[in-house]
Amino acid sequence: MSITITIDNKEIKTDIGATLIDVAADNGIFIPRLCYMRGKPCLGTCRVCSVKVNGWMAASCTIPVQDGMIVEVDTSEVKDIQKALVETLFSEGTHNCPSCEKSGRCDLQAMGYETDMMVSRFPYRFTERNKENAANLIWLERDRCIFCQRCVNFIQDEETGQKIFSISGRGPSSRIEIDKELADKMNKKQARAASDICPVGCIIDKERGYDHAMGVRKYDITSIRERILKGEQ
Amino acid sequence: MGKKLVIDPVTRVEGHGKVTVQLDDENNIIGARLHVVEFRGFEKFVQGHPYWEAPMFLQRICGICFVSHHLCGAKVLDDMIGVGYAQGVEMLPTPEKVRRLGHYFQQLQSHVTAYYYLIAPEMIFGMDAAPEKRNILGLIEENPEMVKRVVALRKWGQEGIKLVMGKKMHGIASVPGGVNHNVTQEQIDRFLDGDDGLLDIDTVIKYASEALDVFYKFHEENREQVDRFADVPALNMCLVDAEGNVDYYHGKMRITDEDKNIIEEFDYHDYMDYFAEATEEWSYMKFPYLKKYGREKGSVRVGPLARVNNTKAYGKATPLAQIALERFHVYNNGKASNKTLHTNWARAIEILHSVELIKNLLGDPDLQKEELKITPTKEQWTGDGIGVVEAPRGTLLHHYRANKNGEITFCNLVVSTTQNNTVMNRTVLAVAQEYIGGQNEITEGMMNAIEVGIRAYDPCLSCATHATAGTMPLDVQVIDSKGNLLDSKKR
Repeated sequence: MSITITIDNKEIKTDIGATLIDVAADNGIFIPRLCYMRGKPCLGTCRVCSVKVNGWMAASCTIPVQDGMIVEVDTSEVKDIQKALVETLFSEGTHNCPSCEKSGRCDLQAMGYETDMMVSRFPYRFTERNKENAANLIWLERDRCIFCQRCVNFIQDEETGQKIFSISGRGPSSRIEIDKELADKMNKKQARAASDICPVGCIIDKERGYDHAMGVRKYDITSIRERILKGEQ
Repeated sequence: MGKKLVIDPVTRVEGHGKVTVQLDDENNIIGARLHVVEFRGFEKFVQGHPYWEAPMFLQRICGICFVSHHLCGAKVLDDMIGVGYAQGVEMLPTPEKVRRLGHYFQQLQSHVTAYYYLIAPEMIFGMDAAPEKRNILGLIEENPEMVKRVVALRKWGQEGIKLVMGKKMHGIASVPGGVNHNVTQEQIDRFLDGDDGLLDIDTVIKYASEALDVFYKFHEENREQVDRFADVPALNMCLVDAEGNVDYYHGKMRITDEDKNIIEEFDYHDYMDYFAEATEEWSYMKFPYLKKYGREKGSVRVGPLARVNNTKAYGKATPLAQIALERFHVYNNGKASNKTLHTNWARAIEILHSVELIKNLLGDPDLQKEELKITPTKEQWTGDGIGVVEAPRGTLLHHYRANKNGEITFCNLVVSTTQNNTVMNRTVLAVAQEYIGGQNEITEGMMNAIEVGIRAYDPCLSCATHATAGTMPLDVQVIDSKGNLLDSKKR
């Protein structure tokens, strides 16, 4: 059923039940996100896609559109909240972009640029969660994990369907875990997929390294904004 | 009552250092020291990182010669994965030439920066000139056209670094066993033919030659001062090729004496068999020396002067640099020069040499080939590697070890300025004796003379970014033997 919603005073016709974050992208409106991947179930963990819906802040990846919905995206208040959410992720982990091999392919770094983040307003915690030579093909840099749970939900053992990644602990003690036995069964393609699905440099494909020269890395070629607006991610 | 003269910080060098000069009651020099008063700690905090991050991570130690650190680390990684020079494996032509190209571009931009921005003010205005004039801004006022040419020349070097490394600073080209890209004809043509705002190669050679003209004029007008200033003994060390001439990227380590006799020549992987390192409580910088000869006789000089002293010929492929080299050797009667200010002469020669090497490489079809790296088997992993290159300031060594998981467990960096530590201290002492010994009043020119001696080495005291000329405060104090302040000058 066709309905009408309003985003930033622009009337948009869409289908009832569509997800707000996708409707916005389809109509050329960029909303930052880190856990959400188009075409996959919503995780709602990072909250970076928060916008104002009928006067209340809500994560747009979790909102099915309804007739008459009024949404604010391009306001200084909403943009500052999105930026603050990105800043918290930088503060909470240890993100050394200059030497990280994910630089240029990293969603968090790209969202930092997109939200005009210069420096985090929050104190850096320099969290220490041990890095690990986790499996034959996987290296884990745990202090870069933003707990988006993409890997937890979307990377499974091909044979049994069991989850390979999980999160242990709570609050500041949380850390990403890996089932070494299952991870050692991963082939190169799966390891690469796990590395690619990670929005930061936490899950490292050991065979990759700095394989792309600067200027030809993923977001050097096409920005994350363009990719999202094209419906590619 | 003895006195202590302190120059803190030393200006127009990379990093932070200070000089102390000890005088007796008659103001004779008792001793003089260059102290390096900062601590970095890269060797420690790289530990635990995966080995392949090291060349990317450790190049951040320096904002000037980061390509050298990057390439040195790359050579270590080649050894660690079992396809390096330690295993007798020759690098594939394309990656080696891409690496060399980045290296030569960096040498050009680094030397141009040191030569014109940091050193030339004294060559043009003299050591006694007013400090507000004796800097790059003074040069702009005096000769704006020359400075425009210098900026364009340095830009050409920086753009060349970007071509290879992907960025003008702290990019990435080398990966274990090779490089991550080649160079296209279109990219090469920009540097040969020029582009919007980028010089063509013939103009670059012309501008590079001008550095020598600046030195020749300075030398002609101040011959006695140039040749007498801090003539200090040291052995000369650099990497050499099979013919015994300098190779900036790879070769054997050769050490020669004043008469150019080879006193040691060895594979750089054996460095620790030949060298020991002394420490002093007054400096964070170590003092390497040849074990066999002891600290007094076994200290080496590295960098442009050592390389030019050691090189008999550059060869026909770099004809202009060859002519300049011959002139240098004839002037010094075929002996090694120990004259500190001849380092600037050598640096000017190397500016030209770098440009001619770049020109030759840009015409080499290997740069465009597709075979970019050697991929080893897991069984080839050694987890231990040593890399040495000739950085702009001299011989640079990286040594890493990693465990079977690939985590770095050990890192040792011996940078060129460390190698020059003893000879720089000798220079400071010689200049202090010549210019300050027996004098009652401290003048700006006396203080600057010491700094001129240090700057000739273009030391990278932190292996970090440049201090902008003229903005750092200099505080000189005369303190008696009881610590009482007798006199001070600030700028």
